[in-house]
Amino acid sequence: MRATFTGLRAWLVQRASAVYMLLFIVFFLAHFAVDPPHSYSAWHAWMTSSGVRVITTIFFAALLAHAWVGLRDVILDYSHPMVFRVCLLVLLGFALMAVGAWIVHILWMSRG
Amino acid sequence: MRYASASKRRRPVFFNLAQIQMPVGALTSITHRVTGIFLALGVPFGIYLLDLSLEGPQSYARVTRLFDNVAFRATAVFFVWVLAHHMLAGIRHLLSDIDIGSQLPAARRSAWVVNLGGIAVAMLALGVLL
Repeated sequence: MRATFTGLRAWLVQRASAVYMLLFIVFFLAHFAVDPPHSYSAWHAWMTSSGVRVITTIFFAALLAHAWVGLRDVILDYSHPMVFRVCLLVLLGFALMAVGAWIVHILWMSRG
Repeated sequence: MRYASASKRRRPVFFNLAQIQMPVGALTSITHRVTGIFLALGVPFGIYLLDLSLEGPQSYARVTRLFDNVAFRATAVFFVWVLAHHMLAGIRHLLSDIDIGSQLPAARRSAWVVNLGGIAVAMLALGVLL
């Protein structure tokens, strides 16, 4: 199995995604502190405005990459039989891809 | 080399977690890992709530009504602590990558700041949500 995100690249992915998510969360909290959406229409309009939609999509992409590197490390540390290890990694990969598809569906497909 | 690997095999293993003395940085580190696992497990639930909140006015109201439930509020406070600890510990890592606080005394101090800072943020959330 070809390793994805290992060594220096994993280290870099973990940090770059962390910094992006940190900035996004600060921005998100600042928005809620300054101008909290009080109704469905306000919340929906804000979340589906093109800028927020794009940065939220990037946030979830960063989240999935971050979770892959982090959980991969955890699996490699605690599961030793090779078969078990590969099964867990494949399962994790599919779970993360499913979450990614779900997010794309929510943000880009289900409503206008 | 054969001698070395033989002595390695005889090495005593002591894993009584109740008796191992954990330095403060070790506590920060293992909690960073455990909170990361919790966050990953929480992601599908978070996305489900996001989906509900955007689906329509009724389901949006359902999400806001969840906060009437004490168990939901308690879970929310717990996840605020989980996220706060994970983020503070992550910032500590990023800073030590650029050689800020990577010496032992400073690293111990920042580990305390992370451990207590996470709890402080959770207390704040507790105050807001209670």
